[in-house]
Amino acid sequence: MTIRTAQLAEKTPRGTSFWARLGSAFAMFRNAKSITGLAILGFFVLVAIFADVLAPYSPTKVDNTSRFQAPSAAHWLGTTHIGEDVLSQVIHGTRGVIVVGFLAAIIATFIAITIGVIAGYLSGWKSEGLSALTNVFLVIPGLPLIIIVASIFEDPPLWLIAAVLGLIGWAWGARVLRAQTMSLRNRDFIQAARANGEPLRRIIAVEMLPNLMALIAASFVGTVTAAILSLTTLSYIGVIPVTTYNWGTILNWASAQGAFQQNQWWWYLPPGLCIAIIGVALSLINFGIDEYVNPRLRSAGERARAMKKKGLDVNDAVTVVRAATPTTASDATTQKASE
Amino acid sequence: MSGAQPQLDAIAVGTTATRVVSGHSRIPWRFLGSRAAFYLFTLWAAITINFFLPRMMKGDAVSQYLARNRNVTPEAADALRALLGLDTDKSLVEQYLDYWAHLLRGDLGVSLLHGLRPVTEVISQALPWTVGLVGFATIVSFAIGTIGGGIIGWRRGSKLDVFVPITTFLGTIPYFWLGLLAIAAFSVNLRWFPIGKAYGVGMRPEWTFEFIGQVIHHGTLPAVTIVIASLGGWMLGMRNMMLTVLDEDYITVAQAKGLPNRRVLWGYAARNAVLPQIQSFALSIGFIVGGTIVMEMVFSYPGIGKLLLDATNAKDYALMQGVFLVITISVLVANVLADFAYAFLDPRTRQTEA
Repeated sequence: MTIRTAQLAEKTPRGTSFWARLGSAFAMFRNAKSITGLAILGFFVLVAIFADVLAPYSPTKVDNTSRFQAPSAAHWLGTTHIGEDVLSQVIHGTRGVIVVGFLAAIIATFIAITIGVIAGYLSGWKSEGLSALTNVFLVIPGLPLIIIVASIFEDPPLWLIAAVLGLIGWAWGARVLRAQTMSLRNRDFIQAARANGEPLRRIIAVEMLPNLMALIAASFVGTVTAAILSLTTLSYIGVIPVTTYNWGTILNWASAQGAFQQNQWWWYLPPGLCIAIIGVALSLINFGIDEYVNPRLRSAGERARAMKKKGLDVNDAVTVVRAATPTTASDATTQKASE
Repeated sequence: MSGAQPQLDAIAVGTTATRVVSGHSRIPWRFLGSRAAFYLFTLWAAITINFFLPRMMKGDAVSQYLARNRNVTPEAADALRALLGLDTDKSLVEQYLDYWAHLLRGDLGVSLLHGLRPVTEVISQALPWTVGLVGFATIVSFAIGTIGGGIIGWRRGSKLDVFVPITTFLGTIPYFWLGLLAIAAFSVNLRWFPIGKAYGVGMRPEWTFEFIGQVIHHGTLPAVTIVIASLGGWMLGMRNMMLTVLDEDYITVAQAKGLPNRRVLWGYAARNAVLPQIQSFALSIGFIVGGTIVMEMVFSYPGIGKLLLDATNAKDYALMQGVFLVITISVLVANVLADFAYAFLDPRTRQTEA
């Protein structure tokens, strides 16, 4: 696959070669699992962008005539304790979740690339120092720290919450990137680039980053997941003020008004399910990337199933040796017979 | 650097390579030293963060306390400030040194929220509940996930593969929502389990069968939800590692030698696949602690996470700092233990990671 695109890139003019390169840089998304995940994620992004158009009511519109109503034609997902439309709240809540999730992940990934790649490329005490810093951030418990930091501010805006989540969540990505950079550093093509006298920033940006894209994407997706879970959890706990609507805030209200005790499922199920669906979408993307990075994950299952069809057990080495010839022979005859 | 022992002739020293290595085992001082330095540095960083946090926060503890208790004279308020180390006529460096001096004497200050009782006393009452419940649930989840992931990886391509997406889905559900759903289903509607708390109203902690039964009854729902929520990660990690390891040549050799499948699975494949699991176990302890806070809030469990939330809301800095310190130290201790386990199981760490 990559070889073919490389050949194409050589033959075609410059403009196309850029797109071909870009395409191969995102090759880890080219599989069914990742595409499904990206589609679901894209749906939520669209909902977040067009929230004002999609939502039938204002999320904070109080209507005392219709309180605690079950789903109906007027209110597809029912109403809250003061007659707010739950569907509109869920739609508007998407915005906060998406914005914080992506902003935090962008900040965290930027820090992770900077620290991870530098720590991996350098050696000696500088590398060890950056590695120790990464490990400190990995070990210090994040959520308690966020709770304490968030309570410093009376009314933290969304970007601030995203920044705090990003500042706390970069360490894992940096650790993975450092390990991979360390293994890349001694490969021949990097040595050759260095011997050619390429400057450090070109080596890192042009030679190394394309080879780190899959890991960067994986750590980005992981950070989005962590940030969304942290945001909704913090909103549910009530650390983040209820003025900015997101799915966690809705659950905070639902829990405070006893929706869980009174079986008002239309109030507490949709926001939680939305978080779960977005989580599934993100882990699907990560599954796809995992299988791209480590093809054994995909091929192992396929190979085992193929062997099972032939009546072999993948774990039984002895049977494979002795039974291989007769089974394949009988397979061939049955195939011929069926033809 | 397993191959970097040219001075030893394998045939002269013993029959197999394992003999050579084990005959030459020594205490890996460099490895232990660098780990110890790292943990001391982390501890220092955490304590320093802990020192600065309340000084960054708006509104001090005493004015919050005064707002709640109106019959406190200004002199008493000043005395309280001095007691809490909040009197501002000292420089920041002096305050920092004072803080360390108190800390080294085991003095974490007094909690305003709990009637001026020492923070150490308040924390030591809450800690057993958290450690007991969350520790138990985490170990159960780790064990089930790792063993299950090993079996799923071994029987690759079979129907057992279904467990991977199912447990991953359960893992992506926000924990607090899972807990609330569990309460709605099993406590409110079915009435199988009580709603929250660690034991029934009017009970006193004592070693009787009735009380222990109560604790188990109240703890079942929180423990089960923790296991359900965290199972997916362990299972997926172990399964992916098994798939990678099972392709290695030494597995084929082990099978070709005619070793029984069970021995190949547990003694050869799983033994190596579990190594990254132990490392991620150590690193995930911080996240587990975060989950504890949410669990204790949802189930109003009287543990250390609820203590932190209450202390943060009431701006009870001494208690807040104390809880954060205890959480950080326990995470570090768990990491040290995991490091030892890792070094014990994987000889390469002792040799290369200096």
